[in-house]
Amino acid sequence: MMDTGVSKRKFKQVGTRPARPDGVDKVKGRAMYGADMTAPGMLTGRILRSPHAHAEIVSIDVSEAVALTGVKAVVTGADLVAQDDIAMRDIQINVLATDKVLYDGHAVAAVAAVNADVARAALKLIKVTYRALPHVTDVDAAMAPDAPVVQAGRSLETVPAGMSANVTNQCEFGHGNLDAGFARADLVIERSFTTAATHQGYIEPHACLASMTSDGKAEVWCCTQGHFNVRSICAPLLGIEASQLRVTASEIGGGFGGKTAVFIEPVALALSRKSGRPVKIVMTRDEVFKATGPTVATSMDVKIGMTKDGRITAGDATLRYSGGAFPCGTVEMGAQSAFAAYDLEAVRTLGWNVLTNRPKEAAYRAPGAPQAIYAVESVIDELCQKLNLDPLDVRIKNAATKGTLSSYGPTFDDIGLMATLEAAKNHPHYSAPLGKNQGRGLSAGFWFNFGGNTSVSLTVNTDGTVSVSEGNPDIGGSRASISLMAAEELGIGYDKVRTIIADTASLGHNDNTDGSRVTFAVGLATIHAARDVIKKMCGRAARMWDIDEDAVTWVDGAAVPAGDNAGKFPPMTLAEIAATSLQTGGPLAGHHEFTADGAGVSFGVHLCDIEVDPETGHTSVLRYTVFQDAGKAVHPDYVEGQMQGGAVQGIGWALNEEYIYGRDGRLQNAGFLDYRIPVASDLPKIDTVILEIPNPGHPYGVRGVGETPIVPPLAAVSNAVARAIGMRMTSLPMSPPRILKALSGG
Amino acid sequence: MVQVTLFGSIRAHADGRAKVEVEARNFKELLDRLVEQYPGMKPQIDRGVSVAIDGLVYKEAWFAPIKPDSEVVLLPYMQGG
Repeated sequence: MMDTGVSKRKFKQVGTRPARPDGVDKVKGRAMYGADMTAPGMLTGRILRSPHAHAEIVSIDVSEAVALTGVKAVVTGADLVAQDDIAMRDIQINVLATDKVLYDGHAVAAVAAVNADVARAALKLIKVTYRALPHVTDVDAAMAPDAPVVQAGRSLETVPAGMSANVTNQCEFGHGNLDAGFARADLVIERSFTTAATHQGYIEPHACLASMTSDGKAEVWCCTQGHFNVRSICAPLLGIEASQLRVTASEIGGGFGGKTAVFIEPVALALSRKSGRPVKIVMTRDEVFKATGPTVATSMDVKIGMTKDGRITAGDATLRYSGGAFPCGTVEMGAQSAFAAYDLEAVRTLGWNVLTNRPKEAAYRAPGAPQAIYAVESVIDELCQKLNLDPLDVRIKNAATKGTLSSYGPTFDDIGLMATLEAAKNHPHYSAPLGKNQGRGLSAGFWFNFGGNTSVSLTVNTDGTVSVSEGNPDIGGSRASISLMAAEELGIGYDKVRTIIADTASLGHNDNTDGSRVTFAVGLATIHAARDVIKKMCGRAARMWDIDEDAVTWVDGAAVPAGDNAGKFPPMTLAEIAATSLQTGGPLAGHHEFTADGAGVSFGVHLCDIEVDPETGHTSVLRYTVFQDAGKAVHPDYVEGQMQGGAVQGIGWALNEEYIYGRDGRLQNAGFLDYRIPVASDLPKIDTVILEIPNPGHPYGVRGVGETPIVPPLAAVSNAVARAIGMRMTSLPMSPPRILKALSGG
Repeated sequence: MVQVTLFGSIRAHADGRAKVEVEARNFKELLDRLVEQYPGMKPQIDRGVSVAIDGLVYKEAWFAPIKPDSEVVLLPYMQGG
């Protein structure tokens, strides 16, 4: 970890690396994931899915399935409450189709039965009559004026008349005079790129157990990145009030954004309501690929001008994203991110979202940014090659810094891009020799990071320990980070604190675990909750000492007189105050509820060495180093894990991962054998360099770190391949057949 | 009065201007005044917008204060993964 010397605060707990609190349970198989929950009398739920890419549902006959022995309930879209709000209606008809199926795998009906065999048999007895409709799965084809219309009437007012009805929204960002900027350039390069849709690839499939009784009270246990969001969506779909539905998040085996959406929980609740028994649904891997949310698929044009000495004079990008069969705003995030790393006088990004007959896109780490930045960083790299410039020097020359008017509008405050670029420049990796068929690539990356709605409750127990209840599922080590921040603020040991994820009935609303928000926002709420209880503990000490409450302050885990005039008393520790708390005023607890804002943006730089086998087209990653500004790394092990994990996922996007559709519009590779994610034996150790440029919006300087690491790998790997094979690939993934084709001049 | 920078696709509802001025002391007043002065922005604002105030992005905090000399940038509603 590189110490920039910017952070002045001396931490005692924050920045240490205690053993992960969930480690033993996960290693020993005791951790309760979504599929591990059981209940007496539980039924097995299974879902019937569309075999068509696009079709009208003429009729559904469930009579034979209902009559099958062992079947306790069958539901269709008619069993959910029709929603007026358009966003909720999209979720409703995605969860169970009503009039049309919009993609291969779209849910049509579901059964609850005494076991999985009976449930599968019942699905075969449901008679669905379809009228097949023309389909379109390619983003550019869907923009053609005569393309099959996925959903009519979904274009927003931002879309000009005359475009395909599949174009749902348009956005534009930027500033300056593009024409003048390109006129100043010594070289202008314009390229078109495509990227495939990719899946988050979490190992744990979606799973839930739902129980709804005849009096309308309901419980759901599920693997999710946001159980409050599950409640917000399921309650109206079932026509019940939020207070009657309690949702508890299980341990989660990966999410990466894909578990911010709801797919099976309303179905399980509807089946439970109808059958009067608890119902468990666990998706198969085939269902996960076909019916949950991959990323957008994209087609992009990028034009950049540069002077001979490496100054970027103008940048222009047009992004065409498809988030599947429902409108989505991911292209807006891509368009804002595309040029965010650079200080540009003239820049524009134009974005379009297009409907296709693919599953509804779900978030995936920095949604929209990796694709756009891949295209921009590829063109910058090609300019560097053609102008014979060092690619790191060029990025340093153009890097955004404090005071830069960003490409998406706001002026940057303290940011860490320059520090990460200089760290990469000075790292031994950048000057290490390369061999035959090898290449080195680099890319900068950016993500916004968010705060959001957050509730935390912190209890001081009578034995001097502390319990923290927070409402965000722990997907990246947040329980450890929250405990560290609570311990830091209270001045006690980390081992005295335990953080748990409370259910929806136990705390105020919490936004999803997304947007790299949890360590920042929940940490901030925890600090405030700790300060709340510290104030109360100072009050208790003041009463014991019979002095004014304002004359007591908190130092190193104990109440102490604020000064000589307050009186002479020995420090009263948290444990001492806790031990008498039931006699001095009652239980001690602090809490904090707020909308956290002020999350600082984050930048990263990745260096990648690869070797291409000219006979097979296979690309091996030889060396990889991630440099990222974490603001303050609360638990560096987890920060490094985020940096490594993001890099590995991005390498997968670059080299192998893609949704492949046949001419029939059906997904051809819905499984890990045919959808190739990187595994440990594919990769070298991913080296990490954490930089700490404090976020002024957080008392410890914390920035989110979870999303930025997936942004640079696409271009870092692609730029390395371009330098290794002497030609630029403009479509991802750069799978062996594509590289062989390029090498053979195809 | 505060000066508000508009992202490109919403400028059409302000006669193509990149910057407009409104009387607002916080995020909510900003949205209310924009809708009053530029009714064409209402669909976008109803769908959700974010605002960057002096470089920090706010998604929902209606009472986030805006000073007369604050840099204010209207942005689409942001989401992460």
